Amino acid sequence: MSQNQERKVDRSKMQVGDEVAIQLTNMNKWYGEFHVLRDINLTVNKGERIVIAGPSGSGKSTMIRCINRLEEHQKGQIVVDGIELTNDLKNIDKVRSEVGMCFQHFNLFPHLTILENCILAPTWVRKTPRKEAIDTAMHFLEKVKIPDQAHKYPGQLSGGQQQRVAIARSLCMKPRIMLFDEPTSALDPEMIKEVLDTMIELAEEGMTMICVTHEMGFARQVANRVIFMADGQIVEQNEPEEFFNNPKSERTQQFLSQILGH
Amino acid sequence: MSKNGAPWQENFKFSMLLYDARYRGLTIQISVLIAFLLAFFWLANNVVQNLADLGKPIEFGFLGDVAGYDINQILIDYTAQSSHGRATLVGLLNTLLVAFSGCVAATILGVIGGVLRLSNNWLVSRLVAGYVEIFRNIPVLLWIFVCMFTFTALAPSPREFRGADPEASMLFMDSVALTNRGIYIPEPLFSRPLGNIDLGIFFVSIELLLILACLIGGWLFVRKNNARALQIQNDTGERPATFLVNLAAMALPTIIILIALGFHIGKPELKGFNFKGGINMSAPFIGLWLGLTLYTTTYIIEAVRSGIQAVSKGQTEAALALGMRPGRIMSLVVLPQAMRIIIPQLISQYLNLTKNSSLAVAIGYMDLVSTLGGITLNQTGREMEAILLLMAIYLSISLTISVVMNWYNNRMKLVER
Amino acid sequence: MSNYEFVRTDMLPQQEPPSDTVGVIGWLRANLFSSFYNTALSITVLFLLGSVLMNAVPWVFLGIWNADSLSHCREIFASQYSDGREYACWAVVRDRWDQIIFGYSFGNLEEGLFWRPVFALLFVFVAITPILFPSTPRTLYLATFATLFIYPWLIWGGSLSSYLSIAVLIVAAGYVYQILSKYMISLFSIGLMLVFLILGLWLLNAPISALIHLILPFELQSIPSREISGFVLSITIGIVAIVASLPLAILLALGRQSDLFIVKKLSTLFIELIRGVPLITLIFVATVLLKYFLPKSVNLDPVLSVMILVTLFTAAYIAEVIRGGLAALPSGQKEAADSLGLNYWQAQRLIILPQALKISIPGIVSNFISVLKDTTLVSIVALNDPLGIATAVRSHTDWNGIVWELYAFIALIFWLMCFSMSRYSMYLERKLRTDHH
Repeated sequence: MSQNQERKVDRSKMQVGDEVAIQLTNMNKWYGEFHVLRDINLTVNKGERIVIAGPSGSGKSTMIRCINRLEEHQKGQIVVDGIELTNDLKNIDKVRSEVGMCFQHFNLFPHLTILENCILAPTWVRKTPRKEAIDTAMHFLEKVKIPDQAHKYPGQLSGGQQQRVAIARSLCMKPRIMLFDEPTSALDPEMIKEVLDTMIELAEEGMTMICVTHEMGFARQVANRVIFMADGQIVEQNEPEEFFNNPKSERTQQFLSQILGH
Repeated sequence: MSKNGAPWQENFKFSMLLYDARYRGLTIQISVLIAFLLAFFWLANNVVQNLADLGKPIEFGFLGDVAGYDINQILIDYTAQSSHGRATLVGLLNTLLVAFSGCVAATILGVIGGVLRLSNNWLVSRLVAGYVEIFRNIPVLLWIFVCMFTFTALAPSPREFRGADPEASMLFMDSVALTNRGIYIPEPLFSRPLGNIDLGIFFVSIELLLILACLIGGWLFVRKNNARALQIQNDTGERPATFLVNLAAMALPTIIILIALGFHIGKPELKGFNFKGGINMSAPFIGLWLGLTLYTTTYIIEAVRSGIQAVSKGQTEAALALGMRPGRIMSLVVLPQAMRIIIPQLISQYLNLTKNSSLAVAIGYMDLVSTLGGITLNQTGREMEAILLLMAIYLSISLTISVVMNWYNNRMKLVER
Repeated sequence: MSNYEFVRTDMLPQQEPPSDTVGVIGWLRANLFSSFYNTALSITVLFLLGSVLMNAVPWVFLGIWNADSLSHCREIFASQYSDGREYACWAVVRDRWDQIIFGYSFGNLEEGLFWRPVFALLFVFVAITPILFPSTPRTLYLATFATLFIYPWLIWGGSLSSYLSIAVLIVAAGYVYQILSKYMISLFSIGLMLVFLILGLWLLNAPISALIHLILPFELQSIPSREISGFVLSITIGIVAIVASLPLAILLALGRQSDLFIVKKLSTLFIELIRGVPLITLIFVATVLLKYFLPKSVNLDPVLSVMILVTLFTAAYIAEVIRGGLAALPSGQKEAADSLGLNYWQAQRLIILPQALKISIPGIVSNFISVLKDTTLVSIVALNDPLGIATAVRSHTDWNGIVWELYAFIALIFWLMCFSMSRYSMYLERKLRTDHH
């Protein structure tokens, strides 16, 4: 869409590797009797930038929340970075510290300053010395362009700034994979761009990313494939150009005409 | 307003008192104040008139007179020869004793209950919910009665402990006697005592002070040790284990002091018709304490539950997504936020419990109301002085607690824009 | 790179979840036996619950309802059950339930006066319908106003006209206010209205009452206040306290919110003073000190004095509830009222208070629950609330030795009232929250 027009995306480092980062095999999930995710099969290679789109209630958020086990799946297999997610708590911890996540409502810790938010997990989970953790945190805060806010509390920042802090907080754990769960849908229009710019920069550095988002401009510019979900299953996936210009299934066409139509 | 004419140069008209925004507020305030003062003087005048007619002007000299009644549970020296003032002090200490032990017990039970209430075990959480709904919807006075009468009806009388083949026996290796007159627990005794310090109003035993000093010292050491641990964590990232060292710092010096002073416990023993020795917790104390605790616990359970639930699920999820473990999430993310909600509610429950402890008068526990507002009032006939003093004491307790609460609230305010 | 291309041709149907995650087994697994720790907890709790119920259930359900005294009950236990255990002697409840509920004044079923508190309570239900269900016709507020006078008439008895004359005077005072407020600021017209009301009650009450008595010569047997007892006493104190405290509470809340320094300080002082002392000390003030504060000519009986002090007590707490309601209103409401040219009292009466009071209803209901529970304190000053009656019953030779049966019965009635009201207030709170969005 229009807000990213002026930015030229540098695709030089965006290379998809051979190594498999995430593999979902015949994954199923129920909420009580309700079948939310049906036979999901998805292989994500290192360096891929995947955008997941779909109507609300189609299971997109649930799927990426299963990848770091915020939700439990009941059938099938999820392998992240070579580690299978089972009830083994050790594995879950390992996966979670390798996978960063950004939420729709940021979920910053309101009782801690921006800096404390960023160094909390590195010091307690990664056992990084505080000094080093602060250096890393300041590095990433500079990258998301808010180093001068480090000693403020989340409540004092705008929504866009809060979401950028949330991204910086995840990056402080040096994750290999980043998950974004509708990162811009709780933001005012003028703040969406600053968050998307941060995400584009991240992509330019070759981060493996899965984004649930309705920002189709971002999908065209950054994604190497777009997945369309409906009724808890993957309905169509393709490269962005093909996906947007030549959607194959009827559901996809309908969806695209609704969100791009006007 | 014109640039050279000051507003005060306008001609003052009487109607401006009512219709000028500058004076109207003042007019209203002065009228209210006059009405209030009139009412106040009317009441005060009535009191002075009525008391003068009865020939007893307001004076607090009666507090120095001999009380002449016994108090069955005392924390400081008191005999029937002591003054009414001293009886009041004994009552106040008894109020504080039952309020303090009630607050401690209700907090412990309430925190456990609140956590169990949120347990994912359906049976446990329903059971706690049932307890809360039953106990908070029935008057606390009724619970105090039930606890008191259940205790006196079910516990054996001291007589049943007598004889070669007694019907009742003491608990915990003959150290605790549970009778319907009260519970007798062992008392700490020292074979090499150091004596007491006379503070004018009451005595403080030096042993107690020594032990307190040890505990405070231990606590200071623990703080220092934790700060050191944090420093090491900040430097290297690894936090050294502190638990065992802290435990030793708290416990070892106290144990050494206890051994040096020849600490032993004095067990209560049956002498004649009653138990002697040990510490006696009288039946009214037990009934009041149990009733207040069980009732207040329900409110604390709800406070803990609502506090933890008020922290949004997103906070836990964000912390999980950062790879933190549940225990650390609780202590670093959820509790610091929940405490802001829990602690003010907790303090106001402490206030309620302290005020409710005045129900002691219904079952004969000699608290402030039973001494000053009860027997002293009846013996001296000084209703006005006794009740006003009673209210003033409770008011100062309440104000102290609310000052603490305001201080906490101001300190813990979340910074928002 | 079109190796990503994938199009689903036929959609997957909804499938059954794995059998061990749904149904009874799934529920049990998720809620009781999800881990080793949980399983242990469940079994422990089941065991404890079982052992308590094993003792309590037979005690309750094998109890005796037909007996004359506790010793009679014990004889029946000995002859009927061979285990030598004692069960509940519910006969005491059967014998005294009427006294506990209706008190000494209405409790004698043969005298047939018990219809009066029953009808009084029914009137209360009618009176609160327009407040609780805003969709009912507004004419029902007339019934609310009427109940203010019919309820005391049914409880205290006497001539209906003496209650109606007060109603007439209040309505007249309302008209006086309306006329005066055209000529002067509201605060003064309120003051003059109060003066009119007091003078009217002093001088005009008797003639008006006599006049009404000519038209409506209804009279009920008079009941002295000190004979009102049992749950009738508790409920009456509770209702009087809530209703009578509302006007004072509203004034205190407005006063504490106002920016007039003296008014604000005086309101705060009153509220904090009352909230800082236990209710029992205020009840002592009522029974012991109130007579000193009033001229000798005034002679109040203990029940009325207690009602006055409990009203002041409740007013301080409800004022805080209403203050919360006032604070929760968006400031735009006040600004909008100002911009329409409404003066302070008009704005409060027409815009602010209706909304603030609506938000406050759940809080007022929970205050009613607390007051109802607190009325048990009057037994300490020898008034005959249910606990006072229980003490009297327990000291009667027939029932000496009874403990739990009586208290269980009283507790059950309190619980039914308080639990249902607290549920209702929670429901209101939820409804208010959803109404706002």
